[in-house]
Amino acid sequence: MQSKRGSLTLVPYYIWIALFVIAPIILVGYYSLLDLDGHFTLENYQNFFTPVYLKMTLSSFWYAFIITVICLLISYPAAFIISRLKNKQLWLMLIIIPSWINLLLKTYAFIGIFGQSGPINAFLSTIGFEKQQILFTSVSFIFVSVYIFIPFMILPIFNSVDKLNRGLLDASRDLGASRLYTIRRVMIPLTMDGIKAGIQAVFIPALSLFMITRLIAGNHVITLGTAIEQQFLVTQNWGMGSTIAVFLIIFMFIIMVITGEQKKKKGAARNGKN
Amino acid sequence: MKNLVKASIAILVVCVALIFITKSLDTNASKSGKNILTVYNWGEYIDPALLKKFEKETGIHVVYETFDSNEAMITKVEQGGTNYDIAIPSEYTIEQMKEKDLLLPVDHSKIPNLKNIEPDFLNLDFDKNNSYSIPYFWGTVGIVYNEKMLTKKLDFTSWDQLWDPSLKGKVLLVDSAREVLGMSLNSMNMSLNETDSTKLQKATDKLIDLSPNVQAVIGDEVTQLMVNGDAPVALTWSGQAADMMYDNEDLTYTVPDEGSNLWFDNMVIPKTSKNVDGAHKFINFMLDPENAAQNADYVGYSTPNKAALKLLDPEVTSDERYYPSAEVRKNLHVYKNLGKEKIGEYNELFLKFKMSLK
Repeated sequence: MQSKRGSLTLVPYYIWIALFVIAPIILVGYYSLLDLDGHFTLENYQNFFTPVYLKMTLSSFWYAFIITVICLLISYPAAFIISRLKNKQLWLMLIIIPSWINLLLKTYAFIGIFGQSGPINAFLSTIGFEKQQILFTSVSFIFVSVYIFIPFMILPIFNSVDKLNRGLLDASRDLGASRLYTIRRVMIPLTMDGIKAGIQAVFIPALSLFMITRLIAGNHVITLGTAIEQQFLVTQNWGMGSTIAVFLIIFMFIIMVITGEQKKKKGAARNGKN
Repeated sequence: MKNLVKASIAILVVCVALIFITKSLDTNASKSGKNILTVYNWGEYIDPALLKKFEKETGIHVVYETFDSNEAMITKVEQGGTNYDIAIPSEYTIEQMKEKDLLLPVDHSKIPNLKNIEPDFLNLDFDKNNSYSIPYFWGTVGIVYNEKMLTKKLDFTSWDQLWDPSLKGKVLLVDSAREVLGMSLNSMNMSLNETDSTKLQKATDKLIDLSPNVQAVIGDEVTQLMVNGDAPVALTWSGQAADMMYDNEDLTYTVPDEGSNLWFDNMVIPKTSKNVDGAHKFINFMLDPENAAQNADYVGYSTPNKAALKLLDPEVTSDERYYPSAEVRKNLHVYKNLGKEKIGEYNELFLKFKMSLK
């Protein structure tokens, strides 16, 4: 009876997955095999392996990597400090609140902040420096992306750091481990799940960023997301757009496997011990 | 569990209430029966007061929706599920829509105000006899620049001045393949509608040489950036330039001598129209001299309506930057629909250029 009811309640879930996860992926795969006139072809895949798209793939990965690393470097200590504070839920809230504001709105705000007549350049000129071109550089692109993604990194890390038994750290220190050694051998391994979840939540969307590449980087940075947008909306070459999307899906799948696999192993080992 | 049930019921109640409200709003809107006219237009491209006036005069309720690119518009019309009665695409898109059989013919006998349109703007290649389209606005592509910010004196009578070394990191371009590649083609005295791949490659190579000078390739944000003085030079459309100059007096707009693009936006009746009669009334209403003048004043682009020209500020209508003489117009060319494949090539080359930006 129990299992019957269980499988019945799963039906909506299966329908959902079939309609909104599996069907779209199949459609994307199907479209990627069509040329402009709707005939079957592998041309799009051939096209992907030309210098333009390979270079674009590399630069997408490179920027996604930098964004993820910076997010991680800021978020880990931040999450740790917040978890030790008295009003930690309040502090967490303060970090989450900006993500309630529309992304486009925040991006436009940065155009104003980074602009020639913006506050940063006003500050630079009052302390005697020359005005700098900040907007439309890769640095401003990375800065804004990091700003946008940081909550997604802090949240999972905070959850795992918060659950961490503080006694373990004290024990490690008592037993003579240095602070660095404790962090490296006790704290990081125990919060690995949070770190991995954070990396997934940042790296994967960062790979397919678009809009910001135009508004903040002025197209000085081109990612795979930009190319997909252009293929669908401007060129109307749905085949090529889908092909790029197929590769993005493959890349993301690989990342999920890399960041998820060890967890399973560990789980298995734990089960074995139990 | 109890809380969960309570929450679920609350959500259900809210959903039902919302459905009810939207339903009743819909019936309110369609109370006038078939007297609804759905207009699909570019953003910021009509004086809203005119829509009110039209509603008052005809009793037809106007539903107004906007798009931001010809391609997005055509995709939406093509996929159906919409009932736009009026759309305002550019000329090469009209060619495309005609090919795809997405338009209804326009009945000229229902549009007496057609006589107000300057004959030069009628019977053009993209739509002979204006069987499917009626001119709305026209304009050019050119260069807007801020004289006070230029370190070297340039007047942009030639496109080649954009390549000047003194403009390092100072040029803004629009994020549109045909405008940017077209500018490069024009600078080498080639046609905007070039389809020869080696010539297109040449134009791309020349653009790649421009990349050190490019500050950014962006969209409508150009207006704000130029007004704020973030950049001294931008490639842009005449109407957008008019907006900028309105807010910043140091700006000037010019169309280089080698020639440039001349474009037309036209009113069409998509096949999905449910109120063809109302659509004709709307077109006729927009061609009324007074209405056309009011609209041109608000939007800032050039009107093809010669009767309306007389009502506009002579300072604007005698300004060659907005209303170039027939002689200058000879050097300006209209985009042709080059077909999906060539457009794809243009965009691939444009992408290559954008990838060369450091």
